[in-house]
Amino acid sequence: MSNWIERVEPLTLKGQIKVPYTWSVGEVGSRFLVSLRDDQKIIGNRCSECKTVFVPPRMNCGKCFKRITDWVDLSPEGKVEAFTIVRFAYPLQPTEPPYAYALIKLDGADVGFLHIIKGDLDRLKKEVRVKAKFAGKRTGHIRDIEGFSIV
Amino acid sequence: MERIAIVGVGQTKYERRKKGEIFYDLVYEVTVKAMEDAGFTLNDIDNVITISNDFWDGRTISCMAVQEAAGAHDKNVSTVEGDGTFGAFYGAMRVLGGFGTTLVVAHSKGSEGDPRFITNGMFDPIYHRPLGIEVLSASALQANVYMEKYGVTEEQFAQVSVKNHGNARKNPLAQLPMNITVEDVMRSRKIADPLKLLDCSPISDGAAAIIIANEERARKAHKKPVWIKGIAHCSEAYFLGDRDLADPIALKEAAKKAYAMAGIRDPLKEIDVVELYDAFSYMEPLWLEGLGFCGPGEGGRMIEKKISTMEGSLPVNPSGGVLSAHPVLAAGLARIIEGVLQIRGEAGEHQIDGVKTALAQGINGPCGQSHCIWIMGRDQ
Ligand SMILES: [Zn+2]
Repeated sequence: MSNWIERVEPLTLKGQIKVPYTWSVGEVGSRFLVSLRDDQKIIGNRCSECKTVFVPPRMNCGKCFKRITDWVDLSPEGKVEAFTIVRFAYPLQPTEPPYAYALIKLDGADVGFLHIIKGDLDRLKKEVRVKAKFAGKRTGHIRDIEGFSIV
Repeated sequence: MERIAIVGVGQTKYERRKKGEIFYDLVYEVTVKAMEDAGFTLNDIDNVITISNDFWDGRTISCMAVQEAAGAHDKNVSTVEGDGTFGAFYGAMRVLGGFGTTLVVAHSKGSEGDPRFITNGMFDPIYHRPLGIEVLSASALQANVYMEKYGVTEEQFAQVSVKNHGNARKNPLAQLPMNITVEDVMRSRKIADPLKLLDCSPISDGAAAIIIANEERARKAHKKPVWIKGIAHCSEAYFLGDRDLADPIALKEAAKKAYAMAGIRDPLKEIDVVELYDAFSYMEPLWLEGLGFCGPGEGGRMIEKKISTMEGSLPVNPSGGVLSAHPVLAAGLARIIEGVLQIRGEAGEHQIDGVKTALAQGINGPCGQSHCIWIMGRDQ
């Protein structure tokens, strides 16, 4: 029996599970994404307890367990805290490699904002300043920010 | 804590692609091996836990599909999604909760899905997933933060890969035994900076099982019980931007709790061998820091001093580790099993002399968001 399998190409069935979902982005998330779409503006919110300015904003602070009510306008600019340059390709990527994923500390925010950086990658390093570039056609989606580019 | 022990273990060989066996067959294989190892029959198994994940298996409620193969017919069975160490933690609690024995089994066939699509799915669907981020790029981001913060180097990471693939040559179950140099790692294909192909664990198929027993039942097993001295897990923030990726606080907390439970004051002196979750080479030095074997930023130097080699004072992953075989959900359970084999003196060619106490680690979530720590001992 065990030899038999070595001598043939075993059958492999191909399949795909396709399940549509709809994710409510919630009240706070909606305000954030609508602001990207309508005003090309990045907004965050501040916990009244620990004063952390979150982006994307949250309804509650996970550390303090407090409802967050204080909205903050953030700059479309910030500095790179961490990055990696992606050298491989696969179909879910938003753009052709090489491009970078970065945690960007937007001016006025306290947490890193994950997004992509396109172009000029040899100038990319920690602390470098970057600026958001908004998409022409915006739909209320995280990719209404097309990406960040080095200032 | 009441005394509980691991009394039986079983592993498949880990391979790039299992052609002849489906999940069910892999689970059956390790269940039989673990029972034979313990000298138990199905009648001796009171409770069963299976570990899997729908995304990896490509079928919904995938754990449910293997419970007969795990001997759970007519038995109490629970299913856990995530790394095997967390499922084993739950298994230990079931024994403490009154079951005499619990079989814990994990399976994974990386060859049957696309790990980039699957791991993209673990990210938040609103803000992160649409950016295409998956486990390789997220881990590379963490490696870069670690290098920037402490000046740890790519060459130090490469040394981990050289060491662990070299250790794998002594482990017949490992998938990627390799005799490579730091230069080979440095010259291998760039994946996402700073990670190269040889810094990354392979796609693997395999399964692993353990049997946990209370003291009374442990005494009836064939093999000398390996006692569970301390177990703990801890989790931190989910969004990568909310975390300091070079400071594994969840690991520190989990280690602190596990050490306290096991009565360990000086881990470097009291632990004889470590099996950790090195899905990428940079993880070994970073996790060594989190485990308190050295201070923050000293992990790279620890690698350079060869402390974690098989001949060093703290051998790490003598089995070859996750870098040499990465059956995703079974990989943590395999770390526990390697700890058991070391304590029993049954690790064969990769045996470390005189192991009394072993540490095993599992992770879950992006960039080690959660960690599960196991301290196991030869003596009660
Ligand atoms: Zn707060």
